[in-house]
Amino acid sequence: MPYELVDHTADMGVTVRAGNLRELFETACQAMFDQIVDRRNLKGRDKTQLRITGIDLSDLMINWLRELLFLWNGHQYLVKQARVVHIEEKALNARIAYDPYNPGIHEVLTDIKAVTYHGIDVREAGAGWQATVIFDV
Amino acid sequence: MELIQIDSYRWEIQKSGAMRVPARIYSSERLIEAVKQDETFRQLVNVAQLPGILSAALAMPDMHWGYGFPIGGVAGFDCEEGVISPGGVGYDINCGVRLAVTRLTHEEIRTRMDHLADCLYQKIPTGVGSTGTLKLSNADLKKVLKQGSPWALSRGYGEGADIEHTEDKGCMPDADPNTISKRAMERGRRQLGTLGSGNHFLEVGVVEKIHDQAVADAFGLAEGLVTVLLHTGSRGLGHQTCDDFLAAMTRNLNIDGMALPDRQLACAKIGSAAGIKYYRAMACAANYAWTNRQILLNNARDAFQQVLGISPRDLGMKQVYDICHNIAKFEQHTVEGKIRRVCVHRKGATRAFPPGHPDLCEDFKKTGQPILIPGDMGTASYVLAGTQRAMDETFGSTCHGAGRLMSRNAAKKSAKGRSIEKELLSKGVIARWTGKSTLAEEMPQAYKDVTEVVHAVEGSGISKIVARLRPLAVIKG
Repeated sequence: MPYELVDHTADMGVTVRAGNLRELFETACQAMFDQIVDRRNLKGRDKTQLRITGIDLSDLMINWLRELLFLWNGHQYLVKQARVVHIEEKALNARIAYDPYNPGIHEVLTDIKAVTYHGIDVREAGAGWQATVIFDV
Repeated sequence: MELIQIDSYRWEIQKSGAMRVPARIYSSERLIEAVKQDETFRQLVNVAQLPGILSAALAMPDMHWGYGFPIGGVAGFDCEEGVISPGGVGYDINCGVRLAVTRLTHEEIRTRMDHLADCLYQKIPTGVGSTGTLKLSNADLKKVLKQGSPWALSRGYGEGADIEHTEDKGCMPDADPNTISKRAMERGRRQLGTLGSGNHFLEVGVVEKIHDQAVADAFGLAEGLVTVLLHTGSRGLGHQTCDDFLAAMTRNLNIDGMALPDRQLACAKIGSAAGIKYYRAMACAANYAWTNRQILLNNARDAFQQVLGISPRDLGMKQVYDICHNIAKFEQHTVEGKIRRVCVHRKGATRAFPPGHPDLCEDFKKTGQPILIPGDMGTASYVLAGTQRAMDETFGSTCHGAGRLMSRNAAKKSAKGRSIEKELLSKGVIARWTGKSTLAEEMPQAYKDVTEVVHAVEGSGISKIVARLRPLAVIKG
């Protein structure tokens, strides 16, 4: 798996690794939604687009995940996949494939309530990139 | 970072580096071991670096690693120099606990417990994304945010005495609904009257032991009486509000050039436009949480009456008290011999005002404030009372619960191959729950020993034990 779970006493986190920034942000989305739902059961037929900005890469990562999370806890959309079409240090554009939540089909595994700034760390690691994010659950 | 033991229940980390004040930890020899390995003390040292912090950054015995502030953290800030921090209050603004006691004894309802648990589970919407039965317009929701518990009372949810026995009478007066985002309004409109998930619960219990007869009498508690304990907060509205202000303050902080040890500590000067706006929004979320608990307690009253076929009078379910866990408040405290207005942040901590405090209602003027300490769902919960020592040392604050010991993953691993439901049943506790892994994540062993925690706050003098409750049935998200 391109990410691993971080143990936290009250909450949970993920450390994500990827060869480039685009993949890093896409994988962070997968890692978050893997905690919420079994993404294999999603079809991803509905589409939307996101434009995210931040003051630096760490802020961009938090804002990215919090917008994705709002698709879930604001609109009850479960994200199957995110495609980052353009990324720079302070902004990104992405295409999102999702399913509207249907309690009869989708089992919610963990209720992620927020994306925290605590210990946020997006940096180059070896030949690629790495990020650690802690979620409020 | 050296931990210096002061006495059996107090430790200190002396001021060094960027710390503006020392850090003081209330704990016991056994409890403190559990947090030495994680980030709790580092987080407390970070809090001690915030502008305008007074006396010491404080941690209660149920402390554990949080984000930004540690859970179990208390900090008082000077109103001129100090800051207000959304991360220091937490996402679930006014997450809190409400206790009610009935006239019924456990013996009288013993054979009806399964039906009661089923009916409560039906009437208390639980779990991820659960929605309430109330249909609120934006105008209605704004009234909830402005008025708090009295709004619920005006709609027939509860009794006047419930409000008297609620911290701040269930309403922070500075709430301004215009500070709440459209997103927070959207989430709040459909979730009023819901319990949520995670560590939130409704528990039917019984008063097992009285430790202080005179105070217990004043609180209406007697051995054998059936109780209802409720733990929930401001749901998506509170989370969204915290998130909105954290995002805004993080951007502004870089403009102000303040160096923060952790971005989750993003904050604003108390008197600044951003600080005032956050406080007014936080007050809205606090009022929403009180309304939420008011509605849920009313649903619990309905469930008891329906299952037992009794009148409200025969049930006699009286609210003992309702307290906040995650909040920032302006209070009068004596600091270095001077009375001053302090902005007290309690993050996973409880107010613990002493006898005679002017903010307490007549019923508790002689006893001090009731403090409600839920334990894990298989062991016990406690009722404590506030003391002068808390006022003198901890900005009138104490612990808020048992505090987690295991991560959720560790708890799930430990629960493999076991039936937590059967283990609870063997202890006489019926469970009804929604989430697939809720019982595993919330199993009793995932929490610290609540008895050890309350002994530590009593030992240090910042609260005194009044009564012990034993769980009979628990409803979880």
